[in-house]
Amino acid sequence: MSAASGATQPPQRSYHGNPVVKEPVWTPEIPWYFFSGGLAGGSAALAFLAERGGHEQLARRAWPVALGAVGASPLLLVSDLGVPRRFLNMLRMFKVTSPMSVGSWLLVGSGATTSVAAAHALTGRLAGPARLAKPAAALLGLPLSTYTAALIAQTAVPAWHEARRELPAVFAAGAAASAGAAATIATPVRLAAPARRVALAGAAAELLSVQAMEQRLGPLGEPYHTEQAGTYARAARALTVGGALLIGAVGGRSRLAAAVGGGMVLAGAACERWSVFKAGLQSAREPRYVVAPQRERVDGGRGHGASLRPGAGDGAVARVEAGP
Amino acid sequence: MSESLRTHAWPGTYDGEARPRVGFFTDTSVCIGCKACEVACKEWNRVPESPQGFTGDSYDNTVDLGADTWRHVAFVEQRKPIGIDAAERSLTEAASLDQLVADTGLQTYQEGDGLRWLMASDVCKHCTEAACLEVCPTGALFRTEFGTVVVQEDVCNGCGYCVPACPFGVLDQREGDGRVWKCTLCYDRLKDDKEPACAQACPTDSIQFGELDELRERAQARVETLAEAGAEKAQLYLADDGDGIGGAGAFFLLLDDPEVYGLPPDPVDTTRDLGSTWAAAGAAAVALGAVLAAAVLGGRR
Repeated sequence: MSAASGATQPPQRSYHGNPVVKEPVWTPEIPWYFFSGGLAGGSAALAFLAERGGHEQLARRAWPVALGAVGASPLLLVSDLGVPRRFLNMLRMFKVTSPMSVGSWLLVGSGATTSVAAAHALTGRLAGPARLAKPAAALLGLPLSTYTAALIAQTAVPAWHEARRELPAVFAAGAAASAGAAATIATPVRLAAPARRVALAGAAAELLSVQAMEQRLGPLGEPYHTEQAGTYARAARALTVGGALLIGAVGGRSRLAAAVGGGMVLAGAACERWSVFKAGLQSAREPRYVVAPQRERVDGGRGHGASLRPGAGDGAVARVEAGP
Repeated sequence: MSESLRTHAWPGTYDGEARPRVGFFTDTSVCIGCKACEVACKEWNRVPESPQGFTGDSYDNTVDLGADTWRHVAFVEQRKPIGIDAAERSLTEAASLDQLVADTGLQTYQEGDGLRWLMASDVCKHCTEAACLEVCPTGALFRTEFGTVVVQEDVCNGCGYCVPACPFGVLDQREGDGRVWKCTLCYDRLKDDKEPACAQACPTDSIQFGELDELRERAQARVETLAEAGAEKAQLYLADDGDGIGGAGAFFLLLDDPEVYGLPPDPVDTTRDLGSTWAAAGAAAVALGAVLAAAVLGGRR
């Protein structure tokens, strides 16, 4: 958008094309954590419900999945920190204004309860604490799957902030899809029917919620279609649709088909998180995504009044447009 | 809803320790682009070097604010809107000059050529509603007794949340250090009743330090003077409590729209949307539970 010719017209609408907001410094661990957090939370809830519904074998396999994912999560997060040895500072306080603070506590709670639950599922020990830990892990797993969306939405990055109403749905759907898919892979076909239903419902919800998000974003949704974010988005759609079809069509008969389909749905959910992550970086890098909506607000009289001009207000001072 | 959730640490929590809110009034109309502020800031605060190379963007090789650049002088070269100067010349002369610039990309900096040079020293805004402070999970970012916003270097663990939270792109992570750094409004100097290094070094008083209320009055008078003198786009930026960040501790007098200087034209503290964001995350969590329950418990098989 910066002026193409060396001459300085049309009037510059950005400063040498430089970004206005800073691109997040988060490393690849973060989108992987979006994925692992969703897998952990979804699997814990799935395991608890399966146990309640009498699907013992399914539950016994979903708990370790939840444990593995919730165990990987803090490693990913600590490794992303600029000063990893200060990770405990995350628990200095509890701040509801900081989704990252809320999430740190959620993760601590999920990790502790899921550990007890999985220990019981695998060894039969800790039956007493597990009675409490299992529902708690399931309950904590739900916000664990969606708070990451609130976290990135609570930034000045346009592709994230303007999607704040839909992003949590995208992440929740991805969590359901991954939890269902992982359990589908891990469980013998005849016992995995509930897992397949979860995977299919999650996959469908993922495709729909991404649509809804792009609808909302309008022109600000552009970064989701371009560069790496676009590639990930296309891969996510193809893998999710393909995997879901495979699971739905033959997942009830062939373990191999169920495993391949489950793998595809898992990969699709991971790609969707990567697409969201990259779209945010891309939109932060490009000043027009930040400036254009704000300028529109100001010119449409819906601004917050960051700039005050003496005597302006009744159009006395017109904006200067392109020169001759 | 979210208003009650957010942090209001000044002056309430300081009681008798609270000091009058201080800040900067940066009057860009008298900035000469000497970068003394950048140098003074670096020296006083021991900010590491920030070699950005040669950008070719006018005289700006600092590029932006960041972990190692707490003051940044922006240089904007632009065609002055056809106005007073052009009217003094003949129309054909003005037109041929336009043509020459368009054809060659040639730029000269003499006023008479119809080109003008804008310079502005940018800095952390020390927002009244500071998104960086709200989202900081460790409490490393805090509001001082002067109403300014400062990072505690012994607490910050480099989570990086404040970096994209800032609507002005002020904060950044320092390479090889991992923590986030930004302007402290010379917190150490304030405690000794000294003005910040940049303001003291500024030779034209483009950077003025003082109590915020008094600075705003001074700025109001100045922008009116400039408007009367024909600077038709002269504007005060972030000088009003009603704006999207509740007003800034560091505000500006600009001669063109904010985006021309790399500043957002209508910045908003995004934690104002905290309520709707949490509501959406909560609703999604509940929906996730409902879908899982329906899928697992629904079909009896």
